[in-house]
Amino acid sequence: MKSSTRLAGVIKNHEKELLVDWIKEQLAANTLRGDLLKESELREQSRAFLAAVQGAVQKGGTEDIAGPAWADVKQLLAEISRARALAGFSPSETATFVLSLKQPLFSRMTAELKSNAAELGEELWSITLLLDKLGLLTVELYLKSRESVIERQQTELLELSTPVVELWDDIVALPLVGTLDSNRTQIVMETLLQKIVQTGASIAIIDITGVPTVDTLVAQHLLKTVAATRLMGADCIISGIRPQIAQTIVHLGVNLGEVTTKASLADAFQVALKRTGATIGKAKPEAAESA
Amino acid sequence: MERIPILKMGQFLLVTIQVDMHDQLAITLQDDLTNRIANERSRGVLLDISALDVVDSFIGRMIANISSMARVLDAQTVVVGMQPAVAITLVELGLPLEGVHTALNVEKGMALLRRQLAAGAT
Repeated sequence: MKSSTRLAGVIKNHEKELLVDWIKEQLAANTLRGDLLKESELREQSRAFLAAVQGAVQKGGTEDIAGPAWADVKQLLAEISRARALAGFSPSETATFVLSLKQPLFSRMTAELKSNAAELGEELWSITLLLDKLGLLTVELYLKSRESVIERQQTELLELSTPVVELWDDIVALPLVGTLDSNRTQIVMETLLQKIVQTGASIAIIDITGVPTVDTLVAQHLLKTVAATRLMGADCIISGIRPQIAQTIVHLGVNLGEVTTKASLADAFQVALKRTGATIGKAKPEAAESA
Repeated sequence: MERIPILKMGQFLLVTIQVDMHDQLAITLQDDLTNRIANERSRGVLLDISALDVVDSFIGRMIANISSMARVLDAQTVVVGMQPAVAITLVELGLPLEGVHTALNVEKGMALLRRQLAAGAT
């Protein structure tokens, strides 16, 4: 009797007992997160997985899990590990789902082949290989889902970290917080230029109060942004330059050229108002009283 | 042959690029524009590139050249309506078009030209 057929037979004949044993095993293991997964869900997942494995063993054998017969199993595993990765399971907790099937399967197989030690050894080996492969696959899929979560968060963070605000008619400001790298500069530049097109602003203020360090690369990125803004037909003012940073810029020999720079956003705003011809003043006390 | 139309508006010339620029077209435009500036005695050129969404180094240099040539013929050039992607590309190409005046749209460009002309006259 071929080994895969026997395995399929064992699973099929003892499906109920296997499932009960397996779930008991999983519930007993301290790696199961009862707080994150309901028992009914676990039962449903285990049942579906066991049925899928049985079908796959029957059709495709145990050697080649890359084959088409195993597509359903892999699909199911992918769903389970994604759900668990999102729920907050650890990799080993996720892999235990598959690996804990070993114990029940081994005892069933031992009972089946009590008299034939050689065949039993072979069977157990093939089951081990199969479940290990599936376990590794689970971990891989788990990591993949985690990575996609991280990637999404990174892009969200990038978008969140570059808000362009309208200060006045024709004046927009871009408060930068955090380190500027090439990737971020690209997004900063794009969002700023988009906003200029949208609002028709003629002056953009880049405030770098929140940028911890300015090195030659950051300075170059800033100059690029200023040049691109100028090409669009808007003026650019850099504000929020701390004394320390002013020193660094000079020591590094960075030439900010004709770029208007101001120490604080308030100063930059005043310059911008003057250039657009707008004025802000305090209301006269008498006027305020009479009104 | 395909040409880019040059419209005369008082003392100014308006050039709107609405087709994909290829190199021959750019060279023809340089010829036509310098001729028109000389013949009409124009004082300003508005180069509207709002419909241009792809540039290469050649087109970038052509824009800089047109501006320089116009200046030699005593006309100011204002490039208006540059798309964000185009601006980023030009900066990344190392062509920040120093010395070329820019404005956000034709209206603002026209205002800028008038201001410059007034400043030059006094």
